[in-house]
Amino acid sequence: MITLTSSAPTSAENSYADYGRSPLRRLLLTREFAIIALLVVVILVASLRVAKFASPVTMGYLLFDAMPILLMALSMTPVMITGDIDLSVGSMVGLSSVLVGLLHSAGLGIPAAAVVALVVGAIGGVVNGLLVTRVGLPSLAVTIGTLALYRGIAVGLLGTTAVTQFDKWWTTLVKSKLGASGLPTVMILFLVLLVAFAVMLHFTPFGRGVFAIGLSKDAAAFSGVHVERTRLILFVLSGLMAALAGIYYALYYGSARGDNATGMELQVIAAVVLGGVSVFGGRGALHGVIAGVLVIGTLSKALQLVNVTSDVMSIITGVLLVLSVILGSVLFWFQARRVRPPTSSTPKTT
Amino acid sequence: MTTATVAEPGLGARLGKLLRSRETSIFIALAVVVVATTIANPAFLFSSDGWRDLLLTPAIVAVVAIGQAVVIITRSVDLSVGSMVGLTAYLVGTLFVAMPGFPIPLMFLVGIAFGAVLGLINGALVAFGKVPAMVITLGTLYAFRGINVAWTGSNRINASDMPDDFLALGTQSMLGIPTLTVVAVAILLVVAWYMRNTRGGREFYAIGSDPAAAELYGLAKTRRVLVAFVGSGAASGLAGVLFAARYGTINSQVGDGFELQAIGAAVIGGVAIVGGSGTVLGAVFGAYLLLTINRALPVLGIPDFWQRAVVGTLIIGAIVLDRVLAVRQSRRLLQERTSA
Repeated sequence: MITLTSSAPTSAENSYADYGRSPLRRLLLTREFAIIALLVVVILVASLRVAKFASPVTMGYLLFDAMPILLMALSMTPVMITGDIDLSVGSMVGLSSVLVGLLHSAGLGIPAAAVVALVVGAIGGVVNGLLVTRVGLPSLAVTIGTLALYRGIAVGLLGTTAVTQFDKWWTTLVKSKLGASGLPTVMILFLVLLVAFAVMLHFTPFGRGVFAIGLSKDAAAFSGVHVERTRLILFVLSGLMAALAGIYYALYYGSARGDNATGMELQVIAAVVLGGVSVFGGRGALHGVIAGVLVIGTLSKALQLVNVTSDVMSIITGVLLVLSVILGSVLFWFQARRVRPPTSSTPKTT
Repeated sequence: MTTATVAEPGLGARLGKLLRSRETSIFIALAVVVVATTIANPAFLFSSDGWRDLLLTPAIVAVVAIGQAVVIITRSVDLSVGSMVGLTAYLVGTLFVAMPGFPIPLMFLVGIAFGAVLGLINGALVAFGKVPAMVITLGTLYAFRGINVAWTGSNRINASDMPDDFLALGTQSMLGIPTLTVVAVAILLVVAWYMRNTRGGREFYAIGSDPAAAELYGLAKTRRVLVAFVGSGAASGLAGVLFAARYGTINSQVGDGFELQAIGAAVIGGVAIVGGSGTVLGAVFGAYLLLTINRALPVLGIPDFWQRAVVGTLIIGAIVLDRVLAVRQSRRLLQERTSA
């Protein structure tokens, strides 16, 4: 199997070396802990330095705005742990929101329109998954193609028009908050999905298979993991979650447009990588990813409150993304030098 | 394995190979699109603007696609090209506003050098960080575009801010061929010759086919990857200058989405996304096919909102075709080996 990665430190060696350490040190030294610590620092600094940040209202809007990315990060995490990638999610959000808008304006109720959007999301995932598993194409290339295709269908369906009329009952529900806490009601849906994905990824044989595929597809296949089926399922889940994010996007922002959520796939991938998922596959955890999404969400909300424009946020996102991957290599390089002095170059396992 | 001397193929075999090549089929597809659209509306080709636009509009993306093709051949990808085009275009505009008498040839060099520096940032991070290029260039796509927006704001550079001679380059023709197209073709010829005939050029292919083998063989992989990214940056920088000359209006969103078109052009033109095969000529034909289809759609009565769907379908079609061809070839080679 050809992957688009250059030869690089496999984090597997890293984690085996970790077992010599005490459990506490092992916990403190993980990427996930580092990103959670960063999140705490960012929230603390923002609360102290930014007026009106530490209020339920701000926290609520932070979560409302981060919701599509949170939803997609849940399914992008296992996809990237297997070593694949799905660049088409942003376009699927756009397509799904357009479908909800179009069908609703044609007289369909929101639940029916949402079901159609979810089905289309699943079909989009099947297309990605089959091209990757059956035809044997690299997921990067396939999903660059479907990124253009799904966005093209979304823009083609609506043109430059927009649907802005939605059933009041549903938009109120999506925008509602849980009592005085300021937390969005949709957080309940997210938490249920989070538990489901966390159990699937971290506590089931299927989830172990996901990690095994990321470390070595051949070894996973020989250990009885259904490699192709697992990857296909993950792509379908990715399409479904993107469609769900699209339904939310249409209802929360009250607008269905062809260019909704353009470039959102980059934000999702940035958050997932920042959250400690290895770009080579095989390692990562959902608690780190959620912290990664919230770090970016908190930063952009805090900067927004001090009137820093969104372009500074995209510089920060880009730099954070580059730093988080480079840092892994640098740390590994230091560790490798400390663990074994550079006497002989051991052959790399790929 | 013994080193066999390969016999020079005869004229017939060469002709057959030429006809079967990806470049030829893309060229034929391009011709079909042009002919079909011209039949629907003769002005598409047979008007002074029609002929010029046919050659001129894809030239800028073609330059970016040349750089991108070299990067993909080394089994990397450069997602930041659109942001580099935008940043360079705005730099060019700003320099002309500050110094209206800035010499035009020097401006081309400034654009290329600036792009090369941006490419060097990508290349250094990829080559020394040993991290997939996709993630790094995704990051710099954000960062460069963010810098561009922060720098530009809602400002816009208009045609009236730039010298007339410079803007004339964007519309001028030499012997019926637009000047910008001539620039693109010159770049194409140099890079195509380099990739085909020099040791350095072949090393890109070797690294892309099998990075581990190339390294064991002793090829300077780090340096080659660095050169590929600097080249892609320089090409994007040149495209930024060409964009400024062609369109005359520069805001903070110049070059947005070019990465998709450049990668699409390369892949459609037969540069395998897994590296190691394809030509820059194919990538340029791919760019012409892609953008000509985009321009043909409205003429053929299809709303241009569907452009992107067509681009996506073409990319997927091209990579599936590549895969099918590769599988067939490996099966044939296996058969030859067992029968021999």
